[in-house]
Amino acid sequence: MSKLIKLKKGFDIKLVGKAEKQLVDFQPANTFAIKPTDFIGLQRPKVTVSEGDTIKAGTPILFDKALDKVQYVAPVSGEIVEIKRGEKRKLLEIKILADKEISYETFEKYTESTIKSVNRETAITQLTKSGVWPQLVQRPYGIVANPEDSPKAIFISGFDSHPLAADYAVTLKGEEKYFQAGIDILKKLTDGIVHLNLNGDAEVPSVFANVQNVQINKFSGPHPAGNVGVQIHHIDPINKGEIAWTINPFGVAQIGKLFLEGKYDASRVIAITGSRAKKAAYTKTIVGACVDTLVSGNLKEDEKSDIAPITRVISGNVLTGEKINQDGYLGYYHSQITLIPEGEYHEFLGWMKPTADKLSYHRALGLLSFLKPNKEFVLDSNVRGEERAFVQTGVFESVTPMDILPIYLLKAIMAEDFDEMEELGIYEVIEEDLALCEFVDVSKHPVQEIVRKGIDLIQYS
Amino acid sequence: MKFLRDLLDKQKPLFQKGGKLENFYYAFEAGETFLFSPNHTNAIKGTQVKDAVDLKRMMITVVVAMIPCLLFGIYNTGHQHFLATGQTAGLWEDFGPKALLGLQLVLPIVIVAYAAGGMVEAAFAVIRKHPINEGFLVTGMLIPLVVPATMPLWQVALATVFAVVIAKEVFGGTGMNILNVAMTARAFLYFAYPAQISGDQVWTYLGDKTAVDGFSGATALAVAYNAGVEGETVTSALASHNSELGSGLFEFANLFMGWIPGSIGETSTLMALVGAAILVATGVASWKIIVSGFAGAYLMGLVMNAFAVNEYMAMGPEYHLVMGGLAFGVVFMATDPVSASQTEIGKWIYGLLIGILTVIIRVTNPAYPEGIMLAVLFMNVFAPLIDYYVVKANKKRRLQRATV
Repeated sequence: MSKLIKLKKGFDIKLVGKAEKQLVDFQPANTFAIKPTDFIGLQRPKVTVSEGDTIKAGTPILFDKALDKVQYVAPVSGEIVEIKRGEKRKLLEIKILADKEISYETFEKYTESTIKSVNRETAITQLTKSGVWPQLVQRPYGIVANPEDSPKAIFISGFDSHPLAADYAVTLKGEEKYFQAGIDILKKLTDGIVHLNLNGDAEVPSVFANVQNVQINKFSGPHPAGNVGVQIHHIDPINKGEIAWTINPFGVAQIGKLFLEGKYDASRVIAITGSRAKKAAYTKTIVGACVDTLVSGNLKEDEKSDIAPITRVISGNVLTGEKINQDGYLGYYHSQITLIPEGEYHEFLGWMKPTADKLSYHRALGLLSFLKPNKEFVLDSNVRGEERAFVQTGVFESVTPMDILPIYLLKAIMAEDFDEMEELGIYEVIEEDLALCEFVDVSKHPVQEIVRKGIDLIQYS
Repeated sequence: MKFLRDLLDKQKPLFQKGGKLENFYYAFEAGETFLFSPNHTNAIKGTQVKDAVDLKRMMITVVVAMIPCLLFGIYNTGHQHFLATGQTAGLWEDFGPKALLGLQLVLPIVIVAYAAGGMVEAAFAVIRKHPINEGFLVTGMLIPLVVPATMPLWQVALATVFAVVIAKEVFGGTGMNILNVAMTARAFLYFAYPAQISGDQVWTYLGDKTAVDGFSGATALAVAYNAGVEGETVTSALASHNSELGSGLFEFANLFMGWIPGSIGETSTLMALVGAAILVATGVASWKIIVSGFAGAYLMGLVMNAFAVNEYMAMGPEYHLVMGGLAFGVVFMATDPVSASQTEIGKWIYGLLIGILTVIIRVTNPAYPEGIMLAVLFMNVFAPLIDYYVVKANKKRRLQRATV
């Protein structure tokens, strides 16, 4: 029995540069990198390889001294070429020069029938040692899950409602078998329910059509309806002291592959999107790949416009992604890169001019936007204003489809008031759930940064 | 525009850290960002694109919404003068001279308010090292609209300075204030210089001319209150008021239109509604506060009717909506997002209570014929309390969920 939950609050940022639903081949990347900064909650990374070592796909290269069971492994086989550290020797990247042909570490292999007999201990051992485990993310806090916990439920969001997000119907095409196997393994990890939340406004992708052993829930509405945090809030909200795990469908399929094929397969189909992309389409690559081959040569020629000729390369989407260099690396949790114009320019009376070319949630700018509800916009990375104190009220609430008062929560975090944070629901949100607030904020606060600061305060004290 | 940009870029190092005029950086910044939106780009992590609206845009929208009131106020100031001195009776007769006289009286007040407040803002920005806040764009326009055209300019300046410093800057600037800044300015004038902002003599500019025989400069609220005291039906008192000037000065339709004496921008309910339409359409002001504010006044008017012991209490509640500054106050003052209630449920309660309190003060308090000013200030103080309980309800729902 699936139920449909209709959400009204939220906002879809419609951008130019949606990926065409076709797979395009690009030249494969040569270098790959594991970025410990991708993994939230990775406290004290300890590197177990050194420069010059040769490794296989699935060879452990680092672990967290605070959670030493979980291994972080190489996505490809090859040679460790650089261990890059930043200030205070903070570990930034471990770079790998890939072999032409990938060789894999071998793990225990099962069939679709024997997989049912795997017990919890075996499953956890295989998952933590193979590098797939970090796909499991714990709520509250949004950190890598602890294998010793027993979550009250596991939640999978079956659709990504972020701007220009990759469509699972394309990225997981033909992975039905692996997805089901992944679900079967997840069932072992919790005594509760495994929830699969699907988009009530769209056709169900074939990969989810015949899935067994899950509770299907449907959500409809604008972004952030696809955010797993919002979904949890409506299905089975997290209270103080409770733990739930979340995982994205790609991670589920990866678990399935690990158990059915006996290898750590980090390949994934990603979407290349954004207004600066010449060819916005899907392509198959590997987690941690250098995006240079996907980006250079795939940028639109500069048109006559005198502004913003530089491109910002984003690993992930425009709301929660991270700016990377053109020769930067695809993030562990990302299945999309977005190419938008960099916005480093001044605009004469930019705040006053009436215009139809700028996207705004607020009608103070987009008064007539309802005339063209499906217009797609080109947005650049300009901040469009300066940071100010909170003035406007009621807007954050209107893009947050949860029973949460975002401004009060943010103010509690700023004041470092622990009780208040707890009472106002800090356990129920992570950055992505309030990312839209950051987008619409008239006073230009770094909302996501504030949310993480609050979570860190609660978590580590 | 290129040369302007070049000029700014050339001067910028002077104001930056280590430059000669380092202390005046924020004054420079205010000018720069007024002319050009800044070239900042989003951080590496976090939202990579941002909504095109900023605080400047929001604030200028409020100023735009006040323009109908301002223009109406300018013409009405001239019109009231010509009416009172018996020069013309028709509304559109002598259009040019009326508009010119209005401009002559109103414009200096606007300029003085902006200049005085702007200087305080700039001084605080330089001393306290924070950016100049756009909130003053609105305050500087609101203050002139809530004083009579006869107000001495030095009093306008003093009130503006007082309000900006005491009501806003001591709390940390725009966004931190508890009281509505413009209402504080008016309250300051009301209690410090009552002779210039209350009574019957200040609402109409006479200049060196004498008023026609039998002219009374009283506002509709004062007439209504006196009718209540003297036991005359309010509507007939209003209808017969100043009949020497031609019929129907205080008839309902004319009260609604606003061709009556009063503070510069507050007289016209129609223009306030035009402003409200702009504010609500652009989403800048909360329609909940506006609707509940009017509803509160109307409901309280009905309650007064039910318990009427004098003629003022028996007056039709619709009159409360068009007399005095209720419409202007509800639309422009009550909706100030910083001093109003900040939760959505809170906004309903806040607006409703402003309307209710306004009518209570008007009808029962002999000292103040107008109630909106005190009602708004009073509710400004109570808004955090309303929010406290709304937030508490939210926390309680979360807690209950956990224990079930």
